[in-house]
Amino acid sequence: MNRIDLRFKELKDKGEKALVGFVVCGDPSPEKSFELLVAMCEAGLDILELGVPFSDPTADGPVIQRGAARALTGGSNLAAAIDMTRSLRERTNVPIILFSYYNPIFVYGADAFYRNALGAGTDGVLVVDLPFEESEELAGGWKNDDGFALIRLVAPTTPRERMAAIAGNASGFLYLISKAGVTGGGDLDIDGIKDQAAILRSITGTPLCVGFGISTPEIAGTLSPFVDGVVIGSAFEKTIEDYRHHGNLADRLAEQVRQFKNAIK
Amino acid sequence: MNESELVDKQSKIKSITNTMPDESGHFGIYGGRYVAETLMPALLELEIAYKKITPDPTFQEELRDLLSHYVGRPTPLFFARRLTAHLGGARIYLKREDLAHTGAHKINNTIGQALLAHRMGKQKVIAETGAGQHGVATATAAALFGMECKVFMGVEDIERQAPNVLRMELLGADVVPVSSGSGTLKDAMNEAMRHWVSTVTDTHYVIGSVAGPHPYPMMVRDFQAIIGKEAREQVLASLGRLPDYLVACVGGGSNAMGLFHPFLGDALELIGVEAAGEGIASGRHAATLGKGTLGVLHGSKSYVLQDGHGQIREAHSISAGLDYPGVGPEHSMLKDLGRARYVSVTDEEALEAFHLLCGTEGIIPALESAHALAWCMKEVPKLSKDSIVVVNLSGRGDKDLQIISNREKKKKEGPAGA
Repeated sequence: MNRIDLRFKELKDKGEKALVGFVVCGDPSPEKSFELLVAMCEAGLDILELGVPFSDPTADGPVIQRGAARALTGGSNLAAAIDMTRSLRERTNVPIILFSYYNPIFVYGADAFYRNALGAGTDGVLVVDLPFEESEELAGGWKNDDGFALIRLVAPTTPRERMAAIAGNASGFLYLISKAGVTGGGDLDIDGIKDQAAILRSITGTPLCVGFGISTPEIAGTLSPFVDGVVIGSAFEKTIEDYRHHGNLADRLAEQVRQFKNAIK
Repeated sequence: MNESELVDKQSKIKSITNTMPDESGHFGIYGGRYVAETLMPALLELEIAYKKITPDPTFQEELRDLLSHYVGRPTPLFFARRLTAHLGGARIYLKREDLAHTGAHKINNTIGQALLAHRMGKQKVIAETGAGQHGVATATAAALFGMECKVFMGVEDIERQAPNVLRMELLGADVVPVSSGSGTLKDAMNEAMRHWVSTVTDTHYVIGSVAGPHPYPMMVRDFQAIIGKEAREQVLASLGRLPDYLVACVGGGSNAMGLFHPFLGDALELIGVEAAGEGIASGRHAATLGKGTLGVLHGSKSYVLQDGHGQIREAHSISAGLDYPGVGPEHSMLKDLGRARYVSVTDEEALEAFHLLCGTEGIIPALESAHALAWCMKEVPKLSKDSIVVVNLSGRGDKDLQIISNREKKKKEGPAGA
């Protein structure tokens, strides 16, 4: 059993929901990034989604776009994210998944990526622009017994038959995209999300996490009863952006982690 | 290669190219659908609709009618007598896409896609644009069908292609400035994709090139293939034989693919001309097929200008329509098969060709098309007088007058810093 599966089992036993936190690797700078990630993990993050910055993030809203741009300016990339995992593993046992667009992984090489990411202590990957039709070329050569997860996404536009096909291939957890749109704030159709979560529940036993546009602990608390976890990204990135020149950024992020975690318990 | 090997290679290429893309939208190792899950159902729906609706005789009839009475097709194939005499080599024929309604080939595709979207019940269309020609053509088709239209355009391109911004606005489109990245075509396409994710249920995205996720490279090619079909008939009718060379500029590659595709099985040479910008050695260019590596951008796998970490580089060209670090996947396949040859010319060479055509034929070409002409300036004098070259004059140059006049002014003022 890998760290992701273990974590969901522990949380289930405690009757808790998972707080999945997304942060761009290398934002606002390579050195600060490590300190922030450690602080967030120690504050109670259940799963870390480490964002690999990409020059053309077509699924992201302005907040994460700017975070990725800052990270790229500081020299961050996929190799840096794998190195970051290795460093984090000396400090934390929190499950770490990489969140990436496909091109950086494709250029790195599917096999080298799998070997190095796994070797560094990464537990899986989520590739936002790699639908299951195209994913064989990435994951076809992976061994199932290593427990390296390929996290699959389900969107509000995904029809039921397709949900079943996606869920049938899922490992780690299923990522339910909360709204048709890019990452970041926006009106969520809470009833729509509930309905889709219920359908997915009836199809699969894989843990279900909801993300995109969950900007406050209140919204996270409203959604958490219907899923196994919530993913927070832009809210953390906004804090990094607003307080990146302040000395207490790590404390602020840690406090934000505790607020979100309390709201979904 | 002896003759039988050549024939063998030709027939092999013919059988490959005729059946592409495959069921899942791949051209060999290229193409595919690399998009967020939110868009996948829309792409699958579009593919089904395309395959079901476009073969319908009433669709074809309506499209034919619009192409002839609204777009003004067939466009002429014009023998450029004075240009030919000036260069002193092969005979040059111009496929006059600049004479199509809105002044470029882009309208062939937008009319087709708007008609399809209309039949699919979509009320809104969006588009990305670089030079503004695709934006204008989309705004035009949207007005014709009574659809709402939003066009995403980089801030740098808004500046350098101002007349087209005004045209789009007059046609009722909402032009959305995009300031991320270098503020050019790539960034406009990013923003259009982001917008589409949130509006996908009632909005059709009119991609303007043979790029993007399946089915776009196939669909745009098919709508643009009218260029090559007409050129083939015209050249056979007037000369009784096929040309020896087809020449077209390549940014994303829609005008080139439209001209090339009906000739893929024929024994003639296909030349795609990319933008070398300030020179390949300067690093400031848009020669994706010449200098790019395999990657995934905007939904398909193809050659891409990128760094060693898979980050996309900014392209550079005086021509906004060629200023793109990606290229259509079918071109990548044709390059690898050796079926088409891809070369590049610099900004300066394109400008020289621009002036030459103005002076010899009384035609002001788009800066994009001037790249294809620049290849002719360099190579046609070396070709035999019996050979025939067909150049796709993909657009007219009215939109570029400001760029030209600024360059002229700078030249008169002397070198920078003086």
